Amino acid sequence: MAISHTSIQDDSKVRLRRREWLHNLGRAARTPRGAVGLALVTFVGLVAAIGPWEAPYSSTSFETIPFAQPSKSYLLGGDVLGRDVLSRVLDGGWQLLLMALAATIFGVAVGAIAGISAAYLKGASDGLIMRTVDVVLAFPQLVFALLLVSIVGPKVWIIVLAVGLSHAPQVARVLRSAALDVSESDFVKVVELQGVSSARVMSGEVLPNLVTPLMVEAGLRLTYSIVIMAGLSFLGFGIAPPAPNWGTMINENQVGLASNVWGVVAPVLLIVCLTVGTNIFTDAFTRVSLGIGRSERVDVLKSELGVEPL
Amino acid sequence: MSLTEESSAVLDSLPSTDDIEHPIRSLIVRRVGLGLVTIVVVSIVIFWATEILPGNAAYAILGHSATKARLHALELQMGLNKGLFSQYWTWASRLIAGNPGHSLANGDTVWSVVGPRLVNSAVLVALAGVIGTIFGMILGVYAALRKDKPFDDIFSVLSLAVTSLPEFVVGIILIILFATVVSHVLPAVSILPEGSYAWSEPRELILPVATLVLVIVPYLYRMMRAATVEALESEYVEMARLKGLSERRVVFIHALPNAIAPTIQVIGLNFLYLAGGIVIVENVFNFPGIGQGLVEAVSNRDIPTIQFIVIILATFYVFMNIVTDVVALLASPRRRLPR
Amino acid sequence: MRLSVRDLRVSFTHDVSSDIVDEVSFDVAAGEVLGLVGESGSGKTTVALALLGYARRGLTLTSGRVLIDGRDLLGATPKELQTLRGLKVAYVPQDPSSALNPTLRVGTQLEEAMRAHPGVITDIDSRINELFEQVHLPTNTGILRRYPHQLSGGQQQRVMLAMAFSCRPGLIVMDEPTTGLDVTTQRHVLDTVRNLCRTYGVAAVYVSHDLAVVGELVSSVAIMYSGRIVEIGRTERVFGEPVHPYTRGLLAAVPSPDRSEILKGIDGQPPRPGHRPKGCNFAPRCPMRVDQCVEAPPLVSVSLRDVRCWRAGETALLGTIASEAMPARVVSGAMILDVANVGASYGRTEVLHNISFRVPADSCVAVVGESGSGKTTLARTVVGLHSNSSGNIEFGGALLTPGMKHRTKEELRRIQYIFQSPYNSLNPRKTVGQIISQPLEHFFDLTRSERDERISTALRDASLSNEFIYRHPHELSGGERQRIAIARALVVEPELLVCDEVTSALDVSVQAAIVELLRRLQSERQLAMIFITHNLALVRSIAQSVVVLAEGTVVEAGLVDDVLERPQHAYTKKLMSDVPKTLTIRY
Repeated sequence: MAISHTSIQDDSKVRLRRREWLHNLGRAARTPRGAVGLALVTFVGLVAAIGPWEAPYSSTSFETIPFAQPSKSYLLGGDVLGRDVLSRVLDGGWQLLLMALAATIFGVAVGAIAGISAAYLKGASDGLIMRTVDVVLAFPQLVFALLLVSIVGPKVWIIVLAVGLSHAPQVARVLRSAALDVSESDFVKVVELQGVSSARVMSGEVLPNLVTPLMVEAGLRLTYSIVIMAGLSFLGFGIAPPAPNWGTMINENQVGLASNVWGVVAPVLLIVCLTVGTNIFTDAFTRVSLGIGRSERVDVLKSELGVEPL
Repeated sequence: MSLTEESSAVLDSLPSTDDIEHPIRSLIVRRVGLGLVTIVVVSIVIFWATEILPGNAAYAILGHSATKARLHALELQMGLNKGLFSQYWTWASRLIAGNPGHSLANGDTVWSVVGPRLVNSAVLVALAGVIGTIFGMILGVYAALRKDKPFDDIFSVLSLAVTSLPEFVVGIILIILFATVVSHVLPAVSILPEGSYAWSEPRELILPVATLVLVIVPYLYRMMRAATVEALESEYVEMARLKGLSERRVVFIHALPNAIAPTIQVIGLNFLYLAGGIVIVENVFNFPGIGQGLVEAVSNRDIPTIQFIVIILATFYVFMNIVTDVVALLASPRRRLPR
Repeated sequence: MRLSVRDLRVSFTHDVSSDIVDEVSFDVAAGEVLGLVGESGSGKTTVALALLGYARRGLTLTSGRVLIDGRDLLGATPKELQTLRGLKVAYVPQDPSSALNPTLRVGTQLEEAMRAHPGVITDIDSRINELFEQVHLPTNTGILRRYPHQLSGGQQQRVMLAMAFSCRPGLIVMDEPTTGLDVTTQRHVLDTVRNLCRTYGVAAVYVSHDLAVVGELVSSVAIMYSGRIVEIGRTERVFGEPVHPYTRGLLAAVPSPDRSEILKGIDGQPPRPGHRPKGCNFAPRCPMRVDQCVEAPPLVSVSLRDVRCWRAGETALLGTIASEAMPARVVSGAMILDVANVGASYGRTEVLHNISFRVPADSCVAVVGESGSGKTTLARTVVGLHSNSSGNIEFGGALLTPGMKHRTKEELRRIQYIFQSPYNSLNPRKTVGQIISQPLEHFFDLTRSERDERISTALRDASLSNEFIYRHPHELSGGERQRIAIARALVVEPELLVCDEVTSALDVSVQAAIVELLRRLQSERQLAMIFITHNLALVRSIAQSVVVLAEGTVVEAGLVDDVLERPQHAYTKKLMSDVPKTLTIRY
């Protein structure tokens, strides 16, 4: 009894299953938490993307008196130098978002390669990679980025590089641990027993099983990228003024809180929506993929928090 | 990779008899060794990194207008013309002897600048750490006992939300709520002069401590809750209930001791987050600690101060790691005592 | 009656109309032991826990009565339950290593069982000594001060027994207490249980999936299937002349160390709670199914026991189960595998010493041993998963290098290995079709349609339909997954198949089907096979010769009939005498 004319490998059903993680993203978006998270992120994303075109005034010109109260022409009032808060807010997000995305992709890529290589190569290479990870982790992420930026100067590429590199160690740890777990599985041994080369074993059997931990970690890293970059800007190590930036805005307008809150509150609200949104959506995705939330199981939580086994 | 290599790798990682017999001792020895190496590597990296800062120390002292000759003379005097390695050696040996050099910003010894700041930050970290730990543990256990009830659901979402906020945002929100806009009960920023100690103006401590507490509580809350829930759903707790033990005994004698080990590791991690968090939080509140000190030093290219503060942070990290792992090991009889 | 259960029903908390178990009724008198037998999903553990007034998370004790010495547990308040548990009814769990708290000393956990019921035991220390003597635990070696992980499995279980009997309850509920214990320890525990019950005059309920074990111990037995009791009566009657089609099927699946017979499994799987068919739960798999079975049958009294089947009257006439003897096989002289003086080590510890045996090219050799005997290490050494070995292994006349890294592709293809756990040996990210296709692509140069053809054939040989091709492992049962592992191994046409405890994780009826599948395939294809197992009884139903392993050495080897009927070595004799085999009463 021959099977139907479509071959096993070609079947569309099979192809559908391969994009399981994409499928899970969709499912996550349909859960209550996922929907809320996605909505928040989309909202901020839209503000950041469309904002610069919709801004009523230039974000760097001096329009009114410093810390002017909100009025019909200046909806959110004036900032520390009398610039229009609304315009600066609309203009101050896209750089942050793009840089955070870039840093995340870079950091996750570097970390994943390091972690998976360490798991695959074992022995001395593994030791070397993981000891380097330990040393980098000896710096708080922010301090690491701060130092790098201060050495080279607040250029876009160094900020992205610094923040990205600061993520790499944690990603490496998580991916290495996941890759080791999978490598010990019997189904991997089955293929090794056929004499298949290590490279093909990794790509054919191990890698497909690493997609979910990778996606979850990427979601977490995105949240932290935004947090750290906003923090760097707040401390004055972000992109140089007068370019508007939510983090910088909060810092420079802090002194005028008594006069006009919006210089601070508007960027704060946007950052809050963004970070909370990404975090909650990542949680929804984890629930859908692993069947349980990040906060529900000790081992999943340990992986997220970076707790090493004793 | 092939299984032959794997099995030898497995064998290499098998504990030696000494590890099995004295797990605590071998853990401490291993960690201290690794920790020292880490500190040395960090010191090398930070030294090298700061030395390639554009504009060396002499330049920073003399400023733009310095002539080449004067620069050269000062470099000779400061030993800046010697090889990088010997400079490192000089610096490192002086550091170990207790002399971290002189600040380039104002010429005082680094120690006199950093000392009081260190104390202030220590106060901040200690207060936030202790208060945060207590709150986190109590809330976590409470939520675990009231699993799936309203308190648990609300706090789960709340903790996820709070943990995603940048620390300075938390600080700013607190300032808006308590110091400037909504109410004025607490001071918004610290007006303590440089060199003074935090306890001289305790009201200024409240908001920074509160900010740090809010930053670390969610981590501990989530782990305490997850670990307690897992303990409560374990087979040994089920067995305890089937023996007819009172629910109080089940929770406090059977469940909680098993929830402690992973939680201890998070408590340790929290202190590490705090060490990083003070960099931002002190800046929000203008608090005179080493976080603010570091940012100032970086802005001023005050290299010796930068180096010293980074070494302090790295040492703190290593120390906390060792303490955390040892305490966690003590809490786990299965690892502490051999078969 | 010490224990009286009437119409017990346990259902899902979120959907009370969906039951886990229902219409469960039975009595147990003082000094008697009732066996509660069933496979996974039968609900036996749920019933066992209900006897303590306990339901796991998500379940509710909906209705019915559980009367212990006249006292109904299901009507009791939580505080009352607390008093009753441990005092009137006690529980012995399946896995003592997880039932004991890892952070508390053994003594603490034993004492608290008694302190929970103040006044009942006045001198706790002497009571502990008394109990230890009865369960054969040494009283003066500081066991009390140790933590659970410092005790062996057997010691842990004895502690649990002591704990259960400590307050002299009237009813003991034991949930598969000998799982995971080696045969000798298991025998000790069973003897202890029997003595304790007799001494204290307690009633006991013994839950198990292992019919042989139950058969030795219990006076009456209740067979459970998919949440219902399908047959209940005195052990010798139920096992001797089973009436319910499921009971008959189950007994036909149980291997016996005394007879060489073909095992018969039961096709299909039990329905999951919430997905049960209308009417009789067993009907979809029942060979005696008729139209009337869409109505749920009541329990009727037939042939001196109760049976839940419309056709009980007819099946009662079938009498004992006839079994088909294994066909006599002539073993050819050609040897395909020659293991000579092989040793293997982990690091510096030697776990296999001087192993020698041979495998004929077309028969099955069983390797039998308890856990720790080295049988899995032996299998892995032959196949190449373990390379730290010495000695010679000749395959097809040529010497094999230790470790698969240096073996040729052809050598690797000709020897195939099937892992124990069906839950770990299939890549969760792949479909069944991809899983079976992968070795084909690696070893052969075939066109796509040729591959498809072979995959289809392989599935058919494993008794699976083509629709499995697009499924993922997580959608399948343990038995189905193991069949796929077999299909994957056989699709590359090996000459030697090494099966490492491939049925240990499966239910009895599924195990029978898999073992019979392997036997048939081995016979049809003239395959050489090494079948590793700890279950001596299985050996008879699949292998022609047997090698007995103990502590890394070959203790005895020869034809199956010879070794098992006339064991020479002391270890083999002890093994044969310790193995429960009361199901011989059916003949």
